[in-house]
Amino acid sequence: MSEVRVLVGTRKGAFILTSDGKRQQWKVSQPMFGGWQIYHLKASPVDPNRIYASQSSDWFGQTLPRSDDGGQTWTTVGNKFLYDGIPGTHQWYDGTPHPWEFKRVWHLEPSLTDPDTVYAGVEDAALFKSADGGQNWTELSGLRGHSTGSQWAPGAGGLCLHTILIDPANHDRIYTAISSAGAFRTDDGGGTWKPITKGLYSKYLPDPTATVGHCVHRIAMHPSKPDTLFMQKHWDVMRTDDAGESWQKISGNLPTDFGFAIDVHAHEPETVFVVPIKSDSEHYPLEGRLRVFRSRSGGHEWEPMTKGLPQQDCYVNVLREAMAVDRLDKCGVYFGTTGGQVYASADGGDSWNAIARDLPPVVSVEVQTV
Amino acid sequence: MVRVELPFHLQQLAHVGREITVHVDGAATPASVIDAIEQQFPMLQGTIRDYATGRRRPFLRFFACEEDVSFAPFDAPLPEAVASGSEPFMIVGALAGG
Repeated sequence: MSEVRVLVGTRKGAFILTSDGKRQQWKVSQPMFGGWQIYHLKASPVDPNRIYASQSSDWFGQTLPRSDDGGQTWTTVGNKFLYDGIPGTHQWYDGTPHPWEFKRVWHLEPSLTDPDTVYAGVEDAALFKSADGGQNWTELSGLRGHSTGSQWAPGAGGLCLHTILIDPANHDRIYTAISSAGAFRTDDGGGTWKPITKGLYSKYLPDPTATVGHCVHRIAMHPSKPDTLFMQKHWDVMRTDDAGESWQKISGNLPTDFGFAIDVHAHEPETVFVVPIKSDSEHYPLEGRLRVFRSRSGGHEWEPMTKGLPQQDCYVNVLREAMAVDRLDKCGVYFGTTGGQVYASADGGDSWNAIARDLPPVVSVEVQTV
Repeated sequence: MVRVELPFHLQQLAHVGREITVHVDGAATPASVIDAIEQQFPMLQGTIRDYATGRRRPFLRFFACEEDVSFAPFDAPLPEAVASGSEPFMIVGALAGG
């Protein structure tokens, strides 16, 4: 029977939760990298025992551990993230030019075919690539060097590149999302990039339909339909069916369309999950009720999933990296909260259980079926 | 040999105890001591000084012979007691945070 591994990054370390394919009994590992912020852990799809982790600290900067045995042991690999050439400036909160300064890795995306190749999305927003298992990193500077780069400005969480999606049908096509610059696509493996923001509307911008400046929180893709993407924006849930050339709003009957996390069912490419958050000023669920909303129609029509989730006095947040799905026959859905809970559904969202209750604030959740 | 005291998280990262000893080429200065630390413990590269700027990370302080030498030039000689190994060069993390 398959084993499920849930890789959890928190503000104070990483944890691995394991279960068999029934997903009823869970074992929580000891803390790894205790005291460090673990923004993300992700395993190679072609070598599930190879896991990359982003380990950072306000004191000691960024380090990058790698495991080759499924998280049993870790080796520190390369952490030299230097921008290509003279970095120049982006826009600061007050509109003045501000030098690009590397702060941390937000997201690690291993290649779909080579366990030694991995991409890193960093703050201040840039995309790096390693072809030697994370030892050495090179910036794919065509992204930050886009003609709009000097106009990019940080959101409240920083100027972070948090989403990297590789098209499984065409590995030269990669999508990235940046708060708060927007979304970008390359069709040549990262050499050149174009903003893909047509159809996005952000009322807080001087020009709500501007090419850049949209605070995209997360983008999700189903591997069988790589031209269809689902986006949770600062406000608005959106979809595209033409690889980002145009976006349509699919918030429909959601009680609020602010939120961070979004993901797609493993076997139903039109089934989408979001966790609505009250507002951009109040980062917790409406009415103290933690509800996952599921659409089985690719958006517009959403149903609340509440069974097993707290329905009173719940004021946690679910961050952008903190939701994932497994690939078992009955799709498992997982998300973590800033209150330290990790919730799991073994039935596609119908019912939920807390598989860990008292972890540090959860930043990221990834799932492996091994 | 120069004795260096490391903060907890760098001890964990390098798999060492609180105090390490490093061989310093030439005069003992903050720069040469950190060079030696990074050469002997590559996993600590970038954790004491920023790669891009070469500056001390702002939440770290350096002490030698009960003096705060954090703001001394990186190439300023450390006290003889540190250079000779009778006193440690201390890297200390700011006592802050949640």
